[in-house]
Amino acid sequence: MRRTLNNYGMILVLLALCLLFSLLTLKRQVPTGSAAAKELVARIVDGFGERDVILVVGAVNKDTAPLAEETGMLLRQRGFSNVRVVVGTPRDLRLKLDRITADGEKLAAIATGGDVIRWGVIEQLPEKFPQLATCRLVAPQSRLWPTFLKRSNLLAIVDRIIVIAIIAIGMTMVIITAGIDLSVGSLIALSAVAATLTMKALGGASASGAAVWLGFLAGILCCGLVGCGSGLLVAYFKVAPFIVTLGVMMMARGLAFLLTGGFSIYQVPEALPWLGQGRSLGVPNTVILLIGLFLAAHIFMTHTRLGRYIYAVGGNEEAARLSGVPVKLVIVFVYAVSALCAGLGGCIQASQLNTGTPSMGVMYELYVIAAVVVGGTSLSGGSGRVLGTLIGAFIISVIQNGMNLLGMESYTQQVVLGTVILAAVLLDKARSSRSMAPFLTGRKGSLPRS
Amino acid sequence: MGGRRWGRGSGWRIPPAVSGEGGPAAEIGVEDLDRTAGLAYNEFCPSGGHGSGTVATVDDFGPRGAFKGHTVDSGVSHDSAAPLLEMRGISKSFPGVQALANVSLVLRRGEVLALVGENGAGKSTLIKVLGGAHAPDSGTLWRDGRPTHIATPAAARQAGVSIIYQEFNLIPDLTVRENIFLGREQTRFGFVRGASERAQAAQLFERIGVCVDLDRRCRDLSVAQQQTVEIAKALSVNASILVMDEPTAALTTQEVRRLFGVISELKSRGLGIIYISHRLAEVFEVADRVMVLRDGRHVGSARIGDISRDALIEQMVGRSVESEFPKQPAALGAERLRVEDLQRGTAVRGVSFSVRAGEVLGIAGLAGAGRTETLRLVFGADVPDSGHVFVNGKRAFIRDPRDAIRHGICLLTEDRKAQGLVLAHCVRENFGLPNLDRFARGPFVDGRRERAESARFARELQIKATSLEQPVASLSGGNQQKVVLAKWLARDADIIFFDEPTRGIDVGAKYEIYLLINRLAAAGKAVVMISSELPEVLGMSDRILVMHEGQIKGEITDVARATQEHILSMALAR
Repeated sequence: MRRTLNNYGMILVLLALCLLFSLLTLKRQVPTGSAAAKELVARIVDGFGERDVILVVGAVNKDTAPLAEETGMLLRQRGFSNVRVVVGTPRDLRLKLDRITADGEKLAAIATGGDVIRWGVIEQLPEKFPQLATCRLVAPQSRLWPTFLKRSNLLAIVDRIIVIAIIAIGMTMVIITAGIDLSVGSLIALSAVAATLTMKALGGASASGAAVWLGFLAGILCCGLVGCGSGLLVAYFKVAPFIVTLGVMMMARGLAFLLTGGFSIYQVPEALPWLGQGRSLGVPNTVILLIGLFLAAHIFMTHTRLGRYIYAVGGNEEAARLSGVPVKLVIVFVYAVSALCAGLGGCIQASQLNTGTPSMGVMYELYVIAAVVVGGTSLSGGSGRVLGTLIGAFIISVIQNGMNLLGMESYTQQVVLGTVILAAVLLDKARSSRSMAPFLTGRKGSLPRS
Repeated sequence: MGGRRWGRGSGWRIPPAVSGEGGPAAEIGVEDLDRTAGLAYNEFCPSGGHGSGTVATVDDFGPRGAFKGHTVDSGVSHDSAAPLLEMRGISKSFPGVQALANVSLVLRRGEVLALVGENGAGKSTLIKVLGGAHAPDSGTLWRDGRPTHIATPAAARQAGVSIIYQEFNLIPDLTVRENIFLGREQTRFGFVRGASERAQAAQLFERIGVCVDLDRRCRDLSVAQQQTVEIAKALSVNASILVMDEPTAALTTQEVRRLFGVISELKSRGLGIIYISHRLAEVFEVADRVMVLRDGRHVGSARIGDISRDALIEQMVGRSVESEFPKQPAALGAERLRVEDLQRGTAVRGVSFSVRAGEVLGIAGLAGAGRTETLRLVFGADVPDSGHVFVNGKRAFIRDPRDAIRHGICLLTEDRKAQGLVLAHCVRENFGLPNLDRFARGPFVDGRRERAESARFARELQIKATSLEQPVASLSGGNQQKVVLAKWLARDADIIFFDEPTRGIDVGAKYEIYLLINRLAAAGKAVVMISSELPEVLGMSDRILVMHEGQIKGEITDVARATQEHILSMALAR
């Protein structure tokens, strides 16, 4: 336990941030889940007759939509015959109410939850629709709950960070070898553009799901090739990684613009959003991908030969070479992995936005590096942990999300984010300098020797 | 405070120090005056002459910290019979460890005191207390018979203590002059007065009796020259106590001679020198007295004429030592390795040799003779221009260290920190690095096997570490070397190259390494050992090659009758 905390001390920072934002965004919330639907049904069964006209309202694409559907279904099962379900915008609701008044029906109740009860139409119902004055609003009991901890918000955090987190896996490996990869931001764009162009060539909007996968493959492989090239330059020609990847960064960005002529690609198959927006077994695909990739990377770095070689190359390249480590191969490998991760990140971004744009991923390399460094990986190489990087990525995302919830201005957000990154790294330095000098922490047998 | 402005290094400070004719007492008197009441001194003696006059205002020294609690009525020169430095009853403990227990030390003017002891005996801690890096738990420091308090490195410098560490504190890209005056540049209107600095630096080197180009960058200097720059730097701040930590570790025999000349020059000028070394031959040559530390305790002190080498080793190790070199010849077998006509530039020119199973081949020579380069070429660490390598009679094509390892060759490098170990990684990881192919299960590492084997080797070689997860950076030199040994022994290679296997490690660990070399030879391995310590080459080899300027200048097959002079004359190609 103590060792885990020592290795992943940043998790405490993450938890502290979550706690802070939870407290700051604490407010009365009207629930929306399955339990809320059951509560609504129970109240309607108690207070209304089976022939009463009940209107169940949900906002489109929000968590109140399934609430409305479920409540409607349950009421019909209970024998209510005049249940109307509206899932849409406030305007849809107004039109529906207009029709009901026009038909002269007597509306008994409007049932809804979540933010819908604060819609203007509903709050001003007695003034706007005097005929419906007897109508009652039925909503689940509101309770005190942080907006930050709402399911939809937590998923939004994952959605925002997924691309950065996945690229940070490769970046962690590169930084552990004491290198750096500045090209990943541009590779996002290159990958997204290559992928969507392939899909367009395979039939565009009418293409099948297979075209999506072929497109992804094209985008990722294209980036992989670029990464191999960077790795070869670093390993065999001894060019500084900063310079190599700076050059590649410009080349990849330019290539992405050249390929598309500067425009976004919209002629994409309907199956494209599945990866970035879809769900499998009720869990968003991005979350599954994130967990799977990080677990695999963690096991790779800690339990395989190649993983151990990566650490050794970063810790002392010459000692590693003289111990029989294929140093050059290792270096090519990490740059290839970094570029492949960037390629995958580009595909996810394209899938989330349902398009491929050559201006995607600008500045992402810096966020990725920040995530890795906040996660406790040293820029001087030899040490670092993939799971630490995951924590680092979440710290950045949580800060951004929290500030959004608090309604901070975006310029202020940048200042705060930069400050927090610096503070996190300083904190880690203070902590690890203590663990580097064991005689301060009282561990035994580690006296400085003559 | 005005006194600071007139700190050491101000223009007028140097002449008295450089001329130094006033004798030790007068010179030190000047120092103390400056230290305790620089401003006052300036007022009274603006001309910058020798100041042994009385000084009225000495009451401002308290807050400076260097001489706290020190009651002096004037700067009158003091009793020269009192020792230059006395440390009384120094104790220092770190959590869980008593690093120093009631250690006392006396250093007189014009004396070289050798401080010896195994790694971990407390030498470094004692020096750090003297240098102000560690505060002692108890004990007092006395300078010239007066109690002194040294709380910070700056205070140590003010008290005239200068420490030259094994790793020099020089900035490679600055010139010799800039390094000497770093942080104390002499300026006028914000501009450095290069000419005046240069004149002073030249005088310093004249005092030492060494000629160094003041405008060369330190990067381009040899280790020995860098050392003289450090010494000059110490003199330029008027150090009266000079501590040298393993000063000869990286020097050639000639350079050591020159250093000893400098030391005797400094002695004659009244400096007290504390000399730390593992090389006992040098201790007997250069020191006047020797002081032995063991496990943080002061085991004994003796005049150098009153103690034998064996008795000294016994005190250091705490047990009697039968022989320094426990050589046991092994039965010789078939030829393991043959090298023909190895060539790389001018560093290695047409080197041929062979080693048989069970044989220990020593390679002697001065630094830069091409010994290390030769072994690196055979190991594939560098690429030869031409030459053939035969392993067990068959031609071996070795392009990189991986090939060499596959052919059963391993190389224990000269510089274990830069080339042998990943310092930030733990014992187990360093041990596993060249062995991961043996611990592999598919792409995965069999962690249990790795742990078990590293634990076994750590036990066998008696590596002293709190756990296998301890970073090797925090191990002592001897234990680091054992980790390097362990990682290669685990491969069970047939041909083992040792490059300076005992450099910078203590007597006890050296002995264990010699025993290990015996064991390897007995097990039918071919061992090639480079060493700059001639007694070691003579004591441990079955056969000796002597190299000079990239070529093999001679071969000694009858090691028992060979002498150091014999080897040296070949190494110098006389």
